[in-house]
Amino acid sequence: MTQTLPREWAHRAPAQRAILWLGWFALVALFVWCWQIMSQDTIWAFVWDAPDQALDIGGRMMPPKWGYLPQLMKPLWDTLNIATLGTIGGVIIAIPVAFLAARNTTPSTTFLRPIALFIIVTSRSINSLIWALLLVAIIGPGLLAGILAIALRSIGFVGKLLYEAIEETDARQIEAITATGAGPAQVLTYGIVPQILPAFWSISVFRWDINIRESAILGLVGAGGLGLKMNASLAILAWDQVVVILLLILATVVLSEWVSAQVRKAII
Amino acid sequence: MSSYPGTWRRPPQIVSDKRVRLALQLGVLLYLVLALGSVEVNWQRVSEGLERGQRFVMGFLQPDFSSRWKDISQGLIESLTMTLTSTVVGVLVSIPFGIGASRNIVPRQVYVFCRAVIAISRSLQELIVAIFLVAMFGFGPFAGFLTLSFATIGFIGKLLADEIEEIDEAQVEAIRSTGASWLQMLNYAIQPQIMPRLIGLSLYRLDINFRESAVIGIVGAGGIGATLNTAIDRYEYDSAGAILLIIIAIVMVAEYSSSYLRKFLQ
Repeated sequence: MTQTLPREWAHRAPAQRAILWLGWFALVALFVWCWQIMSQDTIWAFVWDAPDQALDIGGRMMPPKWGYLPQLMKPLWDTLNIATLGTIGGVIIAIPVAFLAARNTTPSTTFLRPIALFIIVTSRSINSLIWALLLVAIIGPGLLAGILAIALRSIGFVGKLLYEAIEETDARQIEAITATGAGPAQVLTYGIVPQILPAFWSISVFRWDINIRESAILGLVGAGGLGLKMNASLAILAWDQVVVILLLILATVVLSEWVSAQVRKAII
Repeated sequence: MSSYPGTWRRPPQIVSDKRVRLALQLGVLLYLVLALGSVEVNWQRVSEGLERGQRFVMGFLQPDFSSRWKDISQGLIESLTMTLTSTVVGVLVSIPFGIGASRNIVPRQVYVFCRAVIAISRSLQELIVAIFLVAMFGFGPFAGFLTLSFATIGFIGKLLADEIEEIDEAQVEAIRSTGASWLQMLNYAIQPQIMPRLIGLSLYRLDINFRESAVIGIVGAGGIGATLNTAIDRYEYDSAGAILLIIIAIVMVAEYSSSYLRKFLQ
Protein backbone atom coordinates (compact mmCIF):
# COMPACT_ATOMS: atom_id res chain seq x y z
CA MET A 1 0.00 0.00 0.00
CA THR A 2 2.81 2.41 -0.73
CA GLN A 3 1.40 5.07 -2.93
CA THR A 4 3.69 7.80 -4.14
CA LEU A 5 2.10 10.94 -2.87
CA PRO A 6 2.90 14.26 -4.51
CA ARG A 7 5.48 16.30 -2.65
CA GLU A 8 3.52 19.52 -2.76
CA TRP A 9 -0.10 20.10 -1.90
CA ALA A 10 -2.36 21.27 -4.72
CA HIS A 11 -5.96 22.35 -4.58
CA ARG A 12 -7.28 20.33 -7.55
CA ALA A 13 -6.63 17.06 -9.37
CA PRO A 14 -4.54 17.36 -12.57
CA ALA A 15 -7.51 16.69 -14.87
CA GLN A 16 -9.59 19.37 -13.16
CA ARG A 17 -6.72 21.80 -13.44
CA ALA A 18 -6.38 21.06 -17.14
CA ILE A 19 -10.07 21.78 -17.75
CA LEU A 20 -9.90 24.98 -15.72
CA TRP A 21 -6.79 26.04 -17.60
CA LEU A 22 -8.53 25.35 -20.92
CA GLY A 23 -11.51 27.44 -19.79
CA TRP A 24 -9.29 30.41 -18.96
CA PHE A 25 -7.42 29.96 -22.23
CA ALA A 26 -10.72 30.02 -24.15
CA LEU A 27 -11.72 33.22 -22.33
CA VAL A 28 -8.42 34.90 -23.19
CA ALA A 29 -8.71 33.81 -26.82
CA LEU A 30 -12.28 35.14 -26.98
CA PHE A 31 -11.14 38.40 -25.44
CA VAL A 32 -8.32 38.86 -27.95
CA TRP A 33 -10.63 38.03 -30.84
CA CYS A 34 -13.29 40.51 -29.63
CA TRP A 35 -10.65 43.13 -29.03
CA GLN A 36 -9.42 42.85 -32.59
CA ILE A 37 -12.90 43.14 -34.06
CA MET A 38 -13.73 46.05 -31.79
CA SER A 39 -10.61 48.08 -32.37
CA GLN A 40 -10.12 47.51 -36.11
CA ASP A 41 -11.73 50.87 -36.88
CA THR A 42 -10.12 52.73 -34.01
CA ILE A 43 -8.00 55.66 -35.09
CA TRP A 44 -5.04 55.25 -32.76
CA ALA A 45 -3.76 58.77 -33.40
CA PHE A 46 -6.84 60.07 -31.55
CA VAL A 47 -6.23 57.65 -28.68
CA TRP A 48 -2.59 58.68 -28.19
CA ASP A 49 -3.73 62.26 -28.45
CA ALA A 50 -6.21 61.79 -25.57
CA PRO A 51 -4.07 63.10 -22.67
CA ASP A 52 -3.58 66.41 -24.51
CA GLN A 53 -7.31 66.56 -25.22
CA ALA A 54 -8.06 65.84 -21.56
CA LEU A 55 -5.73 68.62 -20.44
CA ASP A 56 -7.29 70.97 -22.98
CA ILE A 57 -10.85 70.21 -21.83
CA GLY A 58 -9.78 70.39 -18.19
CA GLY A 59 -8.21 73.78 -18.88
CA ARG A 60 -11.39 75.08 -20.49
CA MET A 61 -13.43 73.92 -17.49
CA MET A 62 -11.46 76.11 -15.13
CA PRO A 63 -12.73 78.35 -13.68
CA PRO A 64 -16.32 77.07 -13.56
CA LYS A 65 -18.83 79.70 -14.64
CA TRP A 66 -20.76 80.00 -11.37
CA GLY A 67 -22.86 82.85 -12.79
CA TYR A 68 -24.62 80.21 -14.86
CA LEU A 69 -26.10 78.61 -11.74
CA PRO A 70 -29.27 80.78 -11.41
CA GLN A 71 -30.27 79.86 -14.97
CA LEU A 72 -30.19 76.21 -13.97
CA MET A 73 -32.83 76.42 -11.24
CA LYS A 74 -35.81 75.99 -13.58
CA PRO A 75 -34.25 72.97 -15.36
CA LEU A 76 -33.44 71.50 -11.94
CA TRP A 77 -37.09 71.86 -10.89
CA ASP A 78 -38.10 70.24 -14.22
CA THR A 79 -35.69 67.37 -13.61
CA LEU A 80 -37.11 66.75 -10.13
CA ASN A 81 -40.63 66.84 -11.56
CA ILE A 82 -39.78 64.40 -14.35
CA ALA A 83 -38.38 61.97 -11.79
CA THR A 84 -41.18 62.35 -9.24
CA LEU A 85 -44.17 62.42 -11.58
CA GLY A 86 -42.63 59.65 -13.68
CA THR A 87 -42.15 57.50 -10.58
CA ILE A 88 -45.75 58.11 -9.47
CA GLY A 89 -47.07 57.23 -12.93
CA GLY A 90 -44.90 54.13 -13.18
CA VAL A 91 -45.86 52.91 -9.72
CA ILE A 92 -49.58 53.36 -10.42
CA ILE A 93 -49.31 51.14 -13.51
CA ALA A 94 -46.89 48.73 -11.86
CA ILE A 95 -49.26 47.81 -8.99
CA PRO A 96 -51.92 46.00 -11.09
CA VAL A 97 -49.19 44.47 -13.27
CA ALA A 98 -47.45 43.12 -10.16
CA PHE A 99 -50.68 41.59 -8.83
CA LEU A 100 -51.30 39.96 -12.21
CA ALA A 101 -47.73 38.64 -12.32
CA ALA A 102 -47.56 37.20 -8.80
CA ARG A 103 -48.29 33.48 -8.78
CA ASN A 104 -50.53 33.66 -5.70
CA THR A 105 -52.73 36.59 -6.74
CA THR A 106 -52.99 36.31 -10.51
CA PRO A 107 -56.49 35.51 -11.81
CA SER A 108 -55.14 33.25 -14.56
CA THR A 109 -51.70 31.67 -14.76
CA THR A 110 -52.05 30.56 -18.36
CA PHE A 111 -53.18 33.81 -19.94
CA LEU A 112 -52.74 36.96 -17.82
CA ARG A 113 -49.51 36.05 -16.01
CA PRO A 114 -47.36 35.68 -19.17
CA ILE A 115 -48.71 39.01 -20.44
CA ALA A 116 -47.82 40.73 -17.18
CA LEU A 117 -44.37 39.14 -17.18
CA PHE A 118 -43.84 40.23 -20.79
CA ILE A 119 -44.74 43.83 -19.87
CA ILE A 120 -42.24 43.71 -17.02
CA VAL A 121 -39.43 42.24 -19.15
CA THR A 122 -39.98 44.68 -22.03
CA SER A 123 -39.99 47.67 -19.73
CA ARG A 124 -36.89 46.46 -17.90
CA SER A 125 -34.76 45.65 -20.90
CA ILE A 126 -35.11 49.05 -22.56
CA ASN A 127 -33.22 51.85 -20.85
CA SER A 128 -35.17 55.02 -20.02
CA LEU A 129 -32.95 56.97 -22.39
CA ILE A 130 -34.09 54.81 -25.30
CA TRP A 131 -37.69 55.20 -24.19
CA ALA A 132 -37.10 58.95 -24.17
CA LEU A 133 -35.54 58.81 -27.64
CA LEU A 134 -38.66 57.08 -28.96
CA LEU A 135 -41.10 59.32 -27.13
CA VAL A 136 -39.37 62.52 -28.22
CA ALA A 137 -39.68 61.31 -31.80
CA ILE A 138 -43.35 60.46 -31.29
CA ILE A 139 -44.84 63.19 -29.08
CA GLY A 140 -42.21 65.87 -29.47
CA PRO A 141 -39.56 67.23 -27.12
CA GLY A 142 -40.54 68.40 -23.65
CA LEU A 143 -41.25 67.34 -20.11
CA LEU A 144 -44.10 65.00 -21.02
CA ALA A 145 -41.79 62.74 -23.06
CA GLY A 146 -39.39 62.61 -20.10
CA ILE A 147 -42.12 61.81 -17.60
CA LEU A 148 -43.53 59.04 -19.79
CA ALA A 149 -40.05 57.61 -20.43
CA ILE A 150 -39.31 57.45 -16.70
CA ALA A 151 -42.76 55.96 -16.01
CA LEU A 152 -42.37 53.27 -18.69
CA ARG A 153 -38.97 52.24 -17.36
CA SER A 154 -40.18 52.23 -13.76
CA ILE A 155 -43.07 49.82 -14.45
CA GLY A 156 -40.70 46.91 -14.98
CA PHE A 157 -38.45 47.66 -12.02
CA VAL A 158 -41.24 48.29 -9.49
CA GLY A 159 -43.41 45.53 -10.99
CA LYS A 160 -40.68 42.90 -10.71
CA LEU A 161 -39.68 43.70 -7.13
CA LEU A 162 -43.30 44.10 -6.03
CA TYR A 163 -44.48 40.81 -7.50
CA GLU A 164 -41.59 39.03 -5.82
CA ALA A 165 -42.67 40.65 -2.54
CA ILE A 166 -46.25 39.52 -3.12
CA GLU A 167 -45.10 35.94 -3.78
CA GLU A 168 -43.13 35.98 -0.54
CA THR A 169 -46.10 36.96 1.64
CA ASP A 170 -46.98 34.73 4.57
CA ALA A 171 -49.78 32.38 3.39
CA ARG A 172 -51.00 31.77 6.97
CA GLN A 173 -52.03 35.39 7.45
CA ILE A 174 -54.00 35.29 4.23
CA GLU A 175 -55.61 32.03 5.30
CA ALA A 176 -56.54 33.55 8.64
CA ILE A 177 -58.30 36.43 6.90
CA THR A 178 -60.05 34.03 4.51
CA ALA A 179 -61.21 31.97 7.50
CA THR A 180 -63.13 34.95 8.88
CA GLY A 181 -65.27 34.84 5.74
CA ALA A 182 -63.64 37.76 3.95
CA GLY A 183 -64.23 38.29 0.22
CA PRO A 184 -61.36 38.56 -2.28
CA ALA A 185 -61.17 42.37 -1.94
CA GLN A 186 -61.04 42.10 1.85
CA VAL A 187 -58.32 39.44 1.67
CA LEU A 188 -56.36 41.85 -0.50
CA THR A 189 -56.70 44.85 1.83
CA TYR A 190 -56.31 43.01 5.15
CA GLY A 191 -54.22 39.97 4.22
CA ILE A 192 -51.81 40.98 1.47
CA VAL A 193 -51.49 44.78 1.45
CA PRO A 194 -50.28 45.14 5.07
CA GLN A 195 -47.56 42.57 4.39
CA ILE A 196 -46.20 44.24 1.26
CA LEU A 197 -46.71 47.89 2.21
CA PRO A 198 -43.22 48.50 3.70
CA ALA A 199 -41.60 46.77 0.70
CA PHE A 200 -43.78 48.84 -1.62
CA TRP A 201 -42.72 52.18 -0.14
CA SER A 202 -39.09 51.18 -0.01
CA ILE A 203 -39.13 50.02 -3.67
CA SER A 204 -40.86 53.22 -4.78
CA VAL A 205 -38.41 55.48 -2.97
CA PHE A 206 -35.49 53.45 -4.29
CA ARG A 207 -36.79 53.80 -7.84
CA TRP A 208 -37.34 57.53 -7.29
CA ASP A 209 -33.69 57.84 -6.33
CA ILE A 210 -32.60 56.01 -9.52
CA ASN A 211 -35.01 58.13 -11.56
CA ILE A 212 -33.43 61.36 -10.32
CA ARG A 213 -30.13 60.17 -11.78
CA GLU A 214 -31.72 59.16 -15.05
CA SER A 215 -33.91 62.22 -15.49
CA ALA A 216 -30.84 64.45 -15.19
CA ILE A 217 -29.51 63.10 -18.47
CA LEU A 218 -32.77 62.53 -20.36
CA GLY A 219 -32.50 66.05 -21.74
CA LEU A 220 -29.59 64.94 -23.91
CA VAL A 221 -32.15 63.46 -26.28
CA GLY A 222 -34.56 66.38 -25.85
CA ALA A 223 -36.78 65.31 -22.96
CA GLY A 224 -36.38 68.41 -20.80
CA GLY A 225 -34.53 69.11 -17.56
CA LEU A 226 -30.84 69.63 -16.81
CA GLY A 227 -29.73 67.42 -19.71
CA LEU A 228 -31.18 69.92 -22.17
CA LYS A 229 -28.95 72.66 -20.78
CA MET A 230 -26.00 70.28 -20.86
CA ASN A 231 -26.67 69.42 -24.48
CA ALA A 232 -26.83 73.14 -25.35
CA SER A 233 -23.58 73.85 -23.48
CA LEU A 234 -21.83 70.88 -25.10
CA ALA A 235 -22.97 72.01 -28.53
CA ILE A 236 -21.25 75.38 -28.10
CA LEU A 237 -18.27 73.72 -26.34
CA ALA A 238 -18.86 75.82 -23.21
CA TRP A 239 -17.01 73.44 -20.91
CA ASP A 240 -17.07 75.95 -18.04
CA GLN A 241 -20.89 75.69 -18.08
CA VAL A 242 -20.80 71.91 -18.48
CA VAL A 243 -18.78 71.54 -15.30
CA VAL A 244 -21.30 73.63 -13.33
CA ILE A 245 -24.15 71.44 -14.61
CA LEU A 246 -22.20 68.29 -13.75
CA LEU A 247 -21.54 69.46 -10.20
CA LEU A 248 -25.22 70.35 -9.79
CA ILE A 249 -26.25 66.89 -11.02
CA LEU A 250 -23.74 65.29 -8.68
CA ALA A 251 -25.05 67.29 -5.71
CA THR A 252 -28.67 66.42 -6.56
CA VAL A 253 -27.85 62.74 -6.92
CA VAL A 254 -25.97 62.60 -3.62
CA LEU A 255 -28.80 64.45 -1.85
CA SER A 256 -31.52 62.20 -3.31
CA GLU A 257 -29.52 59.11 -2.38
CA TRP A 258 -29.28 60.39 1.19
CA VAL A 259 -33.03 61.16 1.33
CA SER A 260 -33.91 57.75 -0.05
CA ALA A 261 -31.59 55.99 2.39
CA GLN A 262 -33.14 57.89 5.33
CA VAL A 263 -36.71 57.14 4.23
CA ARG A 264 -35.96 53.47 3.68
CA LYS A 265 -34.28 53.25 7.08
CA ALA A 266 -37.37 54.81 8.68
CA ILE A 267 -39.73 52.38 6.93
CA ILE A 268 -37.96 49.08 7.49
CA MET B 1 -69.07 46.23 30.51
CA SER B 2 -67.80 48.94 28.24
CA SER B 3 -69.32 49.13 24.77
CA TYR B 4 -67.08 48.00 21.98
CA PRO B 5 -67.13 49.77 18.60
CA GLY B 6 -69.14 47.90 16.01
CA THR B 7 -66.59 48.31 13.24
CA TRP B 8 -62.81 47.94 13.17
CA ARG B 9 -60.42 50.25 11.38
CA ARG B 10 -56.94 49.17 10.47
CA PRO B 11 -54.45 51.29 12.41
CA PRO B 12 -52.07 53.33 10.22
CA GLN B 13 -48.86 51.42 9.60
CA ILE B 14 -46.10 53.85 8.80
CA VAL B 15 -46.82 57.34 10.18
CA SER B 16 -48.75 56.96 13.40
CA ASP B 17 -49.15 60.65 14.36
CA LYS B 18 -52.36 62.03 12.86
CA ARG B 19 -51.06 65.63 12.48
CA VAL B 20 -47.85 64.51 10.78
CA ARG B 21 -49.91 62.41 8.41
CA LEU B 22 -52.17 65.35 7.56
CA ALA B 23 -49.17 67.62 6.99
CA LEU B 24 -47.55 65.01 4.74
CA GLN B 25 -50.72 64.60 2.69
CA LEU B 26 -51.13 68.37 2.31
CA GLY B 27 -47.47 68.72 1.33
CA VAL B 28 -47.79 66.01 -1.31
CA LEU B 29 -50.95 67.63 -2.66
CA LEU B 30 -49.29 71.07 -2.82
CA TYR B 31 -46.27 69.61 -4.59
CA LEU B 32 -48.44 67.80 -7.13
CA VAL B 33 -50.37 70.99 -7.93
CA LEU B 34 -47.14 72.97 -8.36
CA ALA B 35 -45.42 70.26 -10.37
CA LEU B 36 -48.32 69.52 -12.69
CA GLY B 37 -48.79 73.27 -13.14
CA SER B 38 -45.23 73.68 -14.38
CA VAL B 39 -45.45 70.91 -16.98
CA GLU B 40 -46.25 72.62 -20.25
CA VAL B 41 -47.68 70.24 -22.77
CA ASN B 42 -48.23 71.15 -26.38
CA TRP B 43 -51.36 69.03 -26.86
CA GLN B 44 -51.54 69.79 -30.54
CA ARG B 45 -48.06 68.38 -31.04
CA VAL B 46 -48.99 65.34 -28.96
CA SER B 47 -52.10 64.60 -31.01
CA GLU B 48 -50.09 64.97 -34.20
CA GLY B 49 -47.57 62.59 -32.69
CA LEU B 50 -50.17 59.92 -31.98
CA GLU B 51 -50.37 59.09 -35.66
CA ARG B 52 -46.59 58.67 -35.66
CA GLY B 53 -46.89 56.56 -32.52
CA GLN B 54 -49.29 54.31 -34.37
CA ARG B 55 -46.72 53.93 -37.14
CA PHE B 56 -44.13 53.06 -34.54
CA VAL B 57 -46.35 50.38 -33.00
CA MET B 58 -46.94 48.98 -36.49
CA GLY B 59 -43.17 48.99 -37.05
CA PHE B 60 -42.74 47.13 -33.78
CA LEU B 61 -45.28 44.52 -34.83
CA GLN B 62 -43.86 44.19 -38.34
CA PRO B 63 -40.15 44.75 -37.80
CA ASP B 64 -37.92 45.17 -40.81
CA PHE B 65 -34.69 43.29 -40.21
CA SER B 66 -33.48 43.12 -43.78
CA SER B 67 -33.20 46.56 -45.35
CA ARG B 68 -30.73 47.93 -42.78
CA TRP B 69 -29.25 44.58 -41.81
CA LYS B 70 -25.70 45.68 -42.61
CA ASP B 71 -25.89 48.62 -40.15
CA ILE B 72 -27.70 46.54 -37.55
CA SER B 73 -25.21 43.67 -37.64
CA GLN B 74 -22.29 46.12 -37.53
CA GLY B 75 -23.81 47.82 -34.47
CA LEU B 76 -24.54 44.50 -32.81
CA ILE B 77 -21.00 43.21 -33.32
CA GLU B 78 -19.62 46.44 -31.89
CA SER B 79 -21.95 46.22 -28.90
CA LEU B 80 -21.20 42.58 -28.17
CA THR B 81 -17.41 42.86 -28.52
CA MET B 82 -17.43 46.10 -26.51
CA THR B 83 -19.45 44.37 -23.78
CA LEU B 84 -17.10 41.41 -23.47
CA THR B 85 -13.80 43.30 -23.62
CA SER B 86 -14.96 46.00 -21.21
CA THR B 87 -16.25 43.43 -18.71
CA VAL B 88 -12.96 41.49 -18.79
CA VAL B 89 -10.78 44.59 -18.45
CA GLY B 90 -13.15 46.21 -15.93
CA VAL B 91 -13.17 43.12 -13.70
CA LEU B 92 -9.38 42.77 -13.89
CA VAL B 93 -8.89 46.39 -12.87
CA SER B 94 -11.59 46.27 -10.22
CA ILE B 95 -10.07 43.30 -8.37
CA PRO B 96 -7.14 45.31 -6.90
CA PHE B 97 -9.51 48.17 -6.10
CA GLY B 98 -11.96 45.77 -4.47
CA ILE B 99 -9.18 44.26 -2.36
CA GLY B 100 -7.88 47.71 -1.50
CA ALA B 101 -11.32 48.87 -0.43
CA SER B 102 -11.79 46.13 2.17
CA ARG B 103 -11.27 47.52 5.62
CA ASN B 104 -10.17 44.22 7.17
CA ILE B 105 -7.08 43.47 5.08
CA VAL B 106 -5.43 46.77 4.06
CA PRO B 107 -4.05 49.86 5.81
CA ARG B 108 -6.39 52.79 6.30
CA GLN B 109 -4.85 55.10 3.65
CA VAL B 110 -5.22 52.48 0.91
CA TYR B 111 -8.80 51.84 2.03
CA VAL B 112 -9.76 55.52 1.80
CA PHE B 113 -8.11 55.95 -1.62
CA CYS B 114 -9.77 52.86 -3.14
CA ARG B 115 -13.17 53.72 -1.69
CA ALA B 116 -12.86 57.23 -3.18
CA VAL B 117 -12.10 55.84 -6.66
CA ILE B 118 -15.09 53.50 -6.37
CA ALA B 119 -17.38 56.30 -5.19
CA ILE B 120 -16.38 58.49 -8.16
CA SER B 121 -16.97 55.68 -10.62
CA ARG B 122 -20.37 54.90 -9.10
CA SER B 123 -21.68 58.43 -8.92
CA LEU B 124 -20.89 59.37 -12.53
CA GLN B 125 -23.49 58.30 -15.03
CA GLU B 126 -22.24 56.10 -17.88
CA LEU B 127 -23.63 58.54 -20.41
CA ILE B 128 -21.79 61.52 -18.93
CA VAL B 129 -18.53 59.57 -18.80
CA ALA B 130 -19.14 58.54 -22.41
CA ILE B 131 -19.55 62.18 -23.51
CA PHE B 132 -16.16 63.07 -22.04
CA LEU B 133 -14.40 59.99 -23.36
CA VAL B 134 -15.82 60.51 -26.83
CA ALA B 135 -14.51 64.08 -26.72
CA MET B 136 -11.08 62.77 -25.72
CA PHE B 137 -10.71 59.54 -27.71
CA GLY B 138 -12.86 60.26 -30.73
CA PHE B 139 -16.05 58.55 -31.91
CA GLY B 140 -16.34 54.79 -32.00
CA PRO B 141 -16.44 51.71 -29.80
CA PHE B 142 -13.10 52.40 -28.13
CA ALA B 143 -14.61 55.27 -26.12
CA GLY B 144 -17.54 53.00 -25.27
CA PHE B 145 -15.16 50.27 -24.15
CA LEU B 146 -13.40 52.70 -21.80
CA THR B 147 -16.71 54.01 -20.44
CA LEU B 148 -18.04 50.57 -19.61
CA SER B 149 -14.71 49.47 -18.10
CA PHE B 150 -14.72 52.54 -15.87
CA ALA B 151 -18.31 51.92 -14.76
CA THR B 152 -17.48 48.26 -14.07
CA ILE B 153 -14.73 49.28 -11.62
CA GLY B 154 -17.22 51.02 -9.34
CA PHE B 155 -19.79 48.24 -9.48
CA ILE B 156 -17.55 45.18 -9.05
CA GLY B 157 -15.12 47.02 -6.74
CA LYS B 158 -17.81 47.96 -4.25
CA LEU B 159 -19.60 44.60 -4.20
CA LEU B 160 -16.31 42.70 -4.03
CA ALA B 161 -15.07 44.84 -1.15
CA ASP B 162 -18.34 44.32 0.74
CA GLU B 163 -17.94 40.58 0.16
CA ILE B 164 -14.34 40.53 1.40
CA GLU B 165 -15.33 42.48 4.51
CA GLU B 166 -17.83 39.74 5.38
CA ILE B 167 -15.55 36.71 4.95
CA ASP B 168 -14.88 34.14 7.64
CA GLU B 169 -11.96 35.56 9.64
CA ALA B 170 -11.13 32.16 11.14
CA GLN B 171 -9.82 30.91 7.80
CA VAL B 172 -7.64 34.00 7.40
CA GLU B 173 -6.19 33.44 10.84
CA ALA B 174 -5.58 29.76 10.15
CA ILE B 175 -3.59 30.57 7.01
CA ARG B 176 -1.74 33.40 8.79
CA SER B 177 -0.73 31.10 11.62
CA THR B 178 1.12 28.86 9.15
CA GLY B 179 3.44 31.82 8.54
CA ALA B 180 1.92 32.85 5.20
CA SER B 181 2.76 36.22 3.69
CA TRP B 182 0.06 38.77 2.82
CA LEU B 183 -0.12 37.57 -0.80
CA GLN B 184 -0.32 33.92 0.27
CA MET B 185 -3.05 34.82 2.74
CA LEU B 186 -4.93 36.53 -0.12
CA ASN B 187 -4.53 33.52 -2.38
CA TYR B 188 -5.31 30.74 0.08
CA ALA B 189 -7.69 32.30 2.59
CA ILE B 190 -9.63 34.99 0.75
CA GLN B 191 -9.68 34.00 -2.91
CA PRO B 192 -11.45 30.63 -2.35
CA GLN B 193 -14.12 32.35 -0.26
CA ILE B 194 -14.95 35.09 -2.75
CA MET B 195 -14.36 33.38 -6.11
CA PRO B 196 -17.94 32.09 -6.68
CA ARG B 197 -19.31 35.50 -5.82
CA LEU B 198 -16.80 37.25 -8.09
CA ILE B 199 -17.74 35.07 -11.05
CA GLY B 200 -21.42 35.66 -10.35
CA LEU B 201 -20.91 39.42 -10.18
CA SER B 202 -18.89 39.41 -13.40
CA LEU B 203 -21.68 37.61 -15.24
CA TYR B 204 -24.20 40.06 -13.83
CA ARG B 205 -22.05 42.98 -14.94
CA LEU B 206 -21.72 41.45 -18.43
CA ASP B 207 -25.49 41.61 -18.63
CA ILE B 208 -25.59 45.24 -17.42
CA ASN B 209 -22.77 46.27 -19.76
CA PHE B 210 -24.71 45.01 -22.75
CA ARG B 211 -27.73 47.09 -21.75
CA GLU B 212 -25.57 50.14 -21.26
CA SER B 213 -23.76 49.58 -24.55
CA ALA B 214 -27.12 50.06 -26.24
CA VAL B 215 -27.39 53.50 -24.62
CA ILE B 216 -23.97 55.09 -24.88
CA GLY B 217 -24.07 54.81 -28.67
CA ILE B 218 -26.48 57.75 -28.60
CA VAL B 219 -23.61 60.11 -27.73
CA GLY B 220 -21.26 58.56 -30.28
CA ALA B 221 -19.57 55.76 -28.36
CA GLY B 222 -20.37 53.07 -30.93
CA GLY B 223 -22.59 50.04 -30.72
CA ILE B 224 -26.23 49.29 -31.42
CA GLY B 225 -27.38 52.54 -29.76
CA ALA B 226 -25.85 54.56 -32.58
CA THR B 227 -27.72 52.44 -35.14
CA LEU B 228 -30.96 52.87 -33.20
CA ASN B 229 -30.46 56.62 -32.98
CA THR B 230 -29.90 56.82 -36.74
CA ALA B 231 -32.97 54.71 -37.46
CA ILE B 232 -35.18 56.95 -35.30
CA ASP B 233 -33.70 60.12 -36.81
CA ARG B 234 -34.56 58.80 -40.27
CA TYR B 235 -38.13 57.97 -39.09
CA GLU B 236 -37.50 54.35 -40.05
CA TYR B 237 -39.67 52.92 -37.31
CA ASP B 238 -39.72 49.40 -38.74
CA SER B 239 -35.92 49.21 -38.52
CA ALA B 240 -36.02 50.79 -35.05
CA GLY B 241 -38.60 48.18 -34.02
CA ALA B 242 -36.31 45.42 -35.28
CA ILE B 243 -33.36 46.83 -33.31
CA LEU B 244 -35.43 47.11 -30.14
CA LEU B 245 -36.66 43.53 -30.51
CA ILE B 246 -33.06 42.35 -30.94
CA ILE B 247 -32.01 44.28 -27.81
CA ILE B 248 -34.91 42.84 -25.80
CA ALA B 249 -34.13 39.31 -27.02
CA ILE B 250 -30.42 39.56 -26.18
CA VAL B 251 -31.11 41.11 -22.78
CA MET B 252 -33.58 38.33 -21.97
CA VAL B 253 -31.17 35.60 -23.07
CA ALA B 254 -28.31 37.24 -21.16
CA GLU B 255 -30.42 37.68 -18.03
CA TYR B 256 -31.74 34.13 -17.95
CA SER B 257 -28.44 32.48 -18.82
CA SER B 258 -26.51 34.60 -16.34
CA SER B 259 -28.98 33.91 -13.53
CA TYR B 260 -28.92 30.18 -14.43
CA LEU B 261 -25.11 30.16 -14.44
CA ARG B 262 -24.99 32.01 -11.13
CA LYS B 263 -27.36 29.50 -9.55
CA PHE B 264 -25.23 26.68 -10.97
CA LEU B 265 -22.02 28.18 -9.57
CA GLN B 266 -23.19 29.00 -6.07
